[in-house]
Amino acid sequence: MTVSRRNFLKLMGLAAGTLAVGRVQAHTGGSDTAEGGFGMLTDISLCIGCRSCEQACHDINAMPEPDEPFTDPGVFKKYRRMTEKTYTVVNKFNSVYKEGLPVYTKIQCMHCQDPACVSACLVGALQKTKEGPVLWDSWKCMGCRYCMIACPFEVPAYEYHKGIEPRVMKCTMCYPLVKQGGIPACASVCPVEAIKFGPKKELLGYARERIKQHPDRYINHIYGEHEVGGTDWIYIAPQDFATMGFLSLSPEAPPRLTEAIQHGVFKYFIPPVLLFGVLGLTMFLTKNNGGEQNDSHHTSLGDGGGPHVKGAVKK
Amino acid sequence: MSTHGHARPISKKLLTPGFYAMAVLSIIGITIALYRFAFGMGTVTNLDNNYPWGLWIGVDVASGVALAAGGFTTAFLAHILHRHKYETIVRPALLTAMLGYTFVGLGVFTDLGKYYNIWHLMLPSMWQFNSALFEVGMCVMMYLTVLYIEFLPLVTERFIGRVDLPGILATINKPVDACLRIAQRTLDKLIFVFVILGVVLSCAHQSSLGTLLTIAPYKVHPLWWSPFLPLMFLLSAIAVGYPMVIFESMWAHKSFGLKNDMQTLSALARIIPFTIGLYLAVKIGDLIYRGAYIHIFDNSKQSNMFLVEIVFGVITPFLMFAFARVRKDARLLFTAAALYVLCGVLLNRVNVFVVSYQPQFTGYSYVPHPLEVLLTIGYIALLMLLYRVIVTIFPVITHHE
Ligand code: SF4
Ligand code: SF4
Ligand code: SF4
Repeated sequence: MTVSRRNFLKLMGLAAGTLAVGRVQAHTGGSDTAEGGFGMLTDISLCIGCRSCEQACHDINAMPEPDEPFTDPGVFKKYRRMTEKTYTVVNKFNSVYKEGLPVYTKIQCMHCQDPACVSACLVGALQKTKEGPVLWDSWKCMGCRYCMIACPFEVPAYEYHKGIEPRVMKCTMCYPLVKQGGIPACASVCPVEAIKFGPKKELLGYARERIKQHPDRYINHIYGEHEVGGTDWIYIAPQDFATMGFLSLSPEAPPRLTEAIQHGVFKYFIPPVLLFGVLGLTMFLTKNNGGEQNDSHHTSLGDGGGPHVKGAVKK
Repeated sequence: MSTHGHARPISKKLLTPGFYAMAVLSIIGITIALYRFAFGMGTVTNLDNNYPWGLWIGVDVASGVALAAGGFTTAFLAHILHRHKYETIVRPALLTAMLGYTFVGLGVFTDLGKYYNIWHLMLPSMWQFNSALFEVGMCVMMYLTVLYIEFLPLVTERFIGRVDLPGILATINKPVDACLRIAQRTLDKLIFVFVILGVVLSCAHQSSLGTLLTIAPYKVHPLWWSPFLPLMFLLSAIAVGYPMVIFESMWAHKSFGLKNDMQTLSALARIIPFTIGLYLAVKIGDLIYRGAYIHIFDNSKQSNMFLVEIVFGVITPFLMFAFARVRKDARLLFTAAALYVLCGVLLNRVNVFVVSYQPQFTGYSYVPHPLEVLLTIGYIALLMLLYRVIVTIFPVITHHE
């Protein structure tokens, strides 16, 4: 079941137009990595399904032993997702245009530009770096798993079987390597260069160029260019993304609605303070009102505290 | 309060078989929690990477917060609008809220993967104002403090002039008494601030609790996902305050063998058709506006649960409360209140947080692990146990002659 794209847009419009609590604010979350940040591009038409990237990712991140060896083609029999043991997986689908042939897709965290996981985390344990990668901070995390609820791509996994120091697990875009000027392990190991790393802007330009030059090889859709406000990991593909387990997502980033609600309700603390004032005033004005029974009596909550006025509005 | 009976400690025998049964359930619950703290969430729950939140968030946390709404709604009526005839219900509602929120805190603590990091919420350097969960956490923490402060007058009332510590401690009887007196006088002057603060904090986090799942439009079933979830959470919480007071008061009075104060409860019930009616109107309006009503008769698990919630939990009690005959008849009144509390609100929270949540890459549904259920039952038993002990020590319940 999916909320259809049109429906979702309608909802977003509704929220923006009629929520009494506030207006949708300008983009506030995340850093704008369209300029300057790095990204990754996966060219699905090139991938041969060798799973070298899975292996490289496992090694560089010192991940726990996998359930099946990386050389086992049997894993393609069923659709796999990321788990606490792996940041990335490759899946096999049927080619739509070349009968009998497969296509392979590598999936991992999309490193959204306006990440829902970052907006959701209550202690700021997830952050969008200026370089592009979205990172998780073990020291800050409380393990509430709200980031997993929020992620539209259903990426983060969790170490449910650890009592102490369970981790939120997701691809880091090999931040430690990137930071030192290197390139992510999966990109450097790929034998057919299906995974590219570089400045996001250049990758987008390159992707557009590829599609223009080879209209026979690619459909005209860069996945991640607009989805949920844009992602720093983008894809080009020979066939519709929906045929390969990719979700159809609206260009509106989910945090835009929630943050509009949050900041509307708490804008400069005006609404709560206003409510406090109104309630205080009501309390003051009805002071002698409920005296049906015994208003001079000292109630359990010490009405003596309320301001006393003679001749306040009577019921 | 002199004209309508005094709140005083319950003198009935405390250590009944029922009490021991509750104690056993609590111990089981606590044991499961300890096991979970040592060996991880996965050992006692059916939560996984696709279903990160389950029964504990739906019942212990979300429903716990909603069903403690009696605290701020009665405080509003009796202390902000000064309707003193409702004074008698304020204390039990306050106690329920205080214990309810303590239980919510315990629930959150148990559900956190890194429970030992819960104090991070108090570090300003980690505050993340974009997060609805941050707001919920903050408000719950502050409101819990406010509730304990609001409860203090009962402590002073009970012990001033009666401080009688055993043995060597007896020497400090006087100073303790003096402290209580100072506390009483200070509280007398300031308590109104806390009463108003309690209402403001409640409105804030009751609605933010509804904001939580709006961030997952692709996973929450359209019968529940709405940009108006925060408003609906707030309205249903306001509406559940009085039914919860009725439900709990009638239950407590029966188990203590006391007579119900039908006059007050019936009067209180007259407000309910308006509050439930408003909630129902917004809920229906929202379904129509978003066009989500087309899913109502899907005959899926979600649509059936939705029907149960809205027909038995909202429409039925709404109609029942509208009749004076229902409001004056103890049995019918109790039924109407129980329906709204259990099907209208508790089920709604479970529906929103558990039933409606459908990750898109899985074919199976989350069903709670038996130990998850036992832990929740254990915590509820613990809560009832504490309630029983506190009403035995403190003047909470009003006795009607
Ligand atoms: S894909 Fe999910 S986990 Fe990755 S950055 Fe986006 S929201 Fe966060
Ligand atoms: S699980 Fe950790 S990283 Fe995820 S939202 Fe909670 S505190 Fe933040
Ligand atoms: S970028 Fe690094 S962490 Fe991410 S999938 Fe590739 S190797 Fe793994």
